Amino acid sequence: MKQRREGWVGWLFAAPWVVGFTLLMLYPLVSSLVASFTNYSILRQPKFIGVDNYVELSKDTVFHQSLANTLLYALGAVPLGTVLAIALALLLNAKVKGMPVYRTLLFLPTLVPMVAQATLFLWVFNGDYGILNALLRKIGMNPPNWLGEPMWAKWTLVAIAVWGCGNAMVIYLAGLQNVPPTLYEAAELDGAKAWAKTRHVTLPMLSPVILFNVVMGIIGSIQVFAVPQVMFPGGAPARSTYMFAMYLYDNAFQFQRMGYASAMGWIMFLIILGLTLVSLRLSDRHVHYETS
Amino acid sequence: MTVRATILTLVTAAALVAVAAWGERVVTRSAKPDRVTVVYWEKWTGAEGEAMQKVVDDFNASQDKIFVKYLSISGVDQKTMLATAGGNPPDVAGIWQDQAFTFAELGALTDLEDMATAADLTRDYYIPAYYDALSKDGHLWGLPSTPASIGLYVRPDLVPADVATPETFPKTLEELDALSDRITKKKDGRIELAGFLPSNPGWWNYAWPILFGGENLTDHGPTVDTPEARRAFNWVAGYAKRYGSQAVQSFQSGFGNFASPQDPFMNGKVATEMNGVWKANYIKVYKPGTPFFAVPFPYPADRPDLAGHAVLSQDILCIPRGAKHKAEAFEFIKYVQRQDVMEGLCKSHGKNSPLEKVSEEFFRTHPNKAIRLFDSLARSPKAFSPPLSGFAPQVGTELNNAFQEVNTGSKTPEQALKDAQKRLDTLYKTYVEQVKPK
Repeated sequence: MKQRREGWVGWLFAAPWVVGFTLLMLYPLVSSLVASFTNYSILRQPKFIGVDNYVELSKDTVFHQSLANTLLYALGAVPLGTVLAIALALLLNAKVKGMPVYRTLLFLPTLVPMVAQATLFLWVFNGDYGILNALLRKIGMNPPNWLGEPMWAKWTLVAIAVWGCGNAMVIYLAGLQNVPPTLYEAAELDGAKAWAKTRHVTLPMLSPVILFNVVMGIIGSIQVFAVPQVMFPGGAPARSTYMFAMYLYDNAFQFQRMGYASAMGWIMFLIILGLTLVSLRLSDRHVHYETS
Repeated sequence: MTVRATILTLVTAAALVAVAAWGERVVTRSAKPDRVTVVYWEKWTGAEGEAMQKVVDDFNASQDKIFVKYLSISGVDQKTMLATAGGNPPDVAGIWQDQAFTFAELGALTDLEDMATAADLTRDYYIPAYYDALSKDGHLWGLPSTPASIGLYVRPDLVPADVATPETFPKTLEELDALSDRITKKKDGRIELAGFLPSNPGWWNYAWPILFGGENLTDHGPTVDTPEARRAFNWVAGYAKRYGSQAVQSFQSGFGNFASPQDPFMNGKVATEMNGVWKANYIKVYKPGTPFFAVPFPYPADRPDLAGHAVLSQDILCIPRGAKHKAEAFEFIKYVQRQDVMEGLCKSHGKNSPLEKVSEEFFRTHPNKAIRLFDSLARSPKAFSPPLSGFAPQVGTELNNAFQEVNTGSKTPEQALKDAQKRLDTLYKTYVEQVKPK
C-alpha cells in the first residue's frame, strides 16, 4: 500500500515534465511526422498523399540549393568556430593578470541578441561604408561587396557564427581547468615543450568536450535561421544565403504548405541525426575518456 | 502525501490547465462587460497605429453597443492564420490585399459580399481597381483600410533644369534611361549619384513584366517567361551592365532605411525613385524640406497604350472565418468606410482615398502635394494590383529571385525567367492539386 502511494507521489512530482514533454514535444513530433505524409495547409483537413512530399523534395531545386547553402555554412562555421574557441580558451587559461576582464570581453558577443547581431554586421560588412572594407582599403586591398555578391554573402554568415563562439569557448575553458596538473608535470619530466603538451595532453583530455561542442555546433548550424532571415530576407542575393530553415519557414507560413514543411523538418532531423552519428563514430578512436 | 494534499495538487493542476486553455479568451474578450467586444488585430505601430487607434476610439465613442479593442500585432498575417486554424481568430484583421486570396482560398475569410451590399458598399462606392482587387467570382474578401498607388518620385534639384518639372520630365522608359545616364556620376568605379535604379527600393519586382505589357498569372497558370517579361528583365539587366553590377550592389549597400534620414532619395543618392503615395509622409518626418515632385512611371516608347500604368496596393480589413462577432465586426468596418473617417485615416497615413468620391478638403490638406496625381493613377484604367490568386505570393517570390539573379549578373534574363517558369510550373501543379478551390 505504501509502495503504491509512493509510486503515485513519484508520478505527481514527475507530472510537470511528463505533461510538458507529451504536449510540447512528443505530440508535435508525432503530428509533424504524420503531417509530412499529407497535404496540409493549416486551415483544411490534412489529406493523406503518401510519400509525395518527399518525392517532390527530391526534385525541388530550391530545396537542394537551401540544403547546399546550409551544409556549406556548417562546413565553414563548425570547424572555424571550434578552432577559434579552443584557441581562445587556451589563451584564457593562461595565468595572466586581469584574466576575468579578458574572459568577460570575449564572452560578451554571445550575449548580443541575434537580431542586434544581424543589424550590427549589416554595417560591418557594408560594401561602401563598412568598417571591414574601410580597413581593407587602408591596406591597399580592393574588397568585395560582401552582402551584395552571391559568392561572398554566405561567408559573412560564417564569420558571424565564428564571432559568437563564446559559449563553446567557456565550455572548453571549463574542460581545460579539469585537466589534472599531474599530467603536465609528467609530460614536462619527459621533456615535452608547450606544443607537445598541448597536442599530447591538453587536446586528448579535452576531446570529449570537443566532441560535445562539435555535435552542438552541427545541430545549431543546420538549424540556422534568425541571422540570415534578418540580414538576407528571402535568401538574397539570388538565394545564395537561403538556408534550410528559411525555406522550411516559407513553405509553412508563406505558402501554407505545412505538410511539405513537415517533410523538410524530418529530413533536417535525419541529416542532423546522421551527422551526429558520423561524428560519434569518427570520435571512437580520437576521443579520450578519463574513465575508459 | 495526505488525501488533502493530493486533492489540493489536483485542483491546482486543473486550475492551471483551465487558465492555459481559456485564459487568452477571457483576457481578450472582456474589455467592456456591457458591450460586445470586437477584437481587431492590425499590423500598424507608431504614427500609423495611433491614427487607427483614433478611428477606433471615435467609433467606440460614437455608440454604446460595440467596443473595438485594437491590438497592434507583429506578423499579423501569420498569427491571424494560426488563430483561425485554432478556432479563436480576431473579429477583424488588418492584412494586405495580396494575401486576401491566399487566405480566402484556404477558407480563412468570411465573405463580406452580402453585408457590404446591404450597407451600400458596392463597387461604385469605390475606385473600381481597389474594389476589384478584393472581389472575385461574386465573393468579397475584405474592404480597404488604406490604399496606395505607386509613381516615380523625382528630386528637381538633382535632375537637369530642362526636365525638372512634372510637365517636362520624360514620359517613356527610353527617355528615363537616357536621363539616368546623364545624371549618374561615378568616381574611381564607384557610383556617387544614380539617376534611376530598378533595384531601388526593389519592392515591386513582380510588376516589371506587367509594366512592359505582360501578365504573370492567368487562369491557366503562371506566365513569367514571356516576350514582355524578357524585355522587362533585359531592361533591368541594362542598368546592371551600364553602371556595373558590382558597383550598383556596393552603392546600394550603403543605402539607409527608407524610414530614416539616410533614405537614398532623401539624402540625395538617387535622383528618381519608384515609390508609393506615402513617401511624402516619410519625407515630412525624416527630412522635411526635401524637394520632390512625382510623375506616372514611364512606359516603353513603342507601347503608348501603357501610359498611366501604375502599381496599386492596399491594406485591408477582413473578418476571419470563425470570428465570434461578425455583424459587430462589420459595423466597425462599415464605419471605417465612411468618407470623412476614411479620408482622415488615409490623410494621416499619407495615402490616397480608395473611395470614388473624394472631398476637395482632402486634396487641399493632404501631406503629399502630388496627391492628385496618385489619385488619378489609382483611377487609371491601366492601374493594376497583384493577381487575385493564392498562387500570387509564389509568383512574386520567383520573380523577385529572377530579378536578383539578373541584377547581380549571375544569370541572363532569358535563363533566369526560364528557370523561374520551370519552377513555377511545378509549384502550380501542386497548388492546383492541393490548394486551389475546385
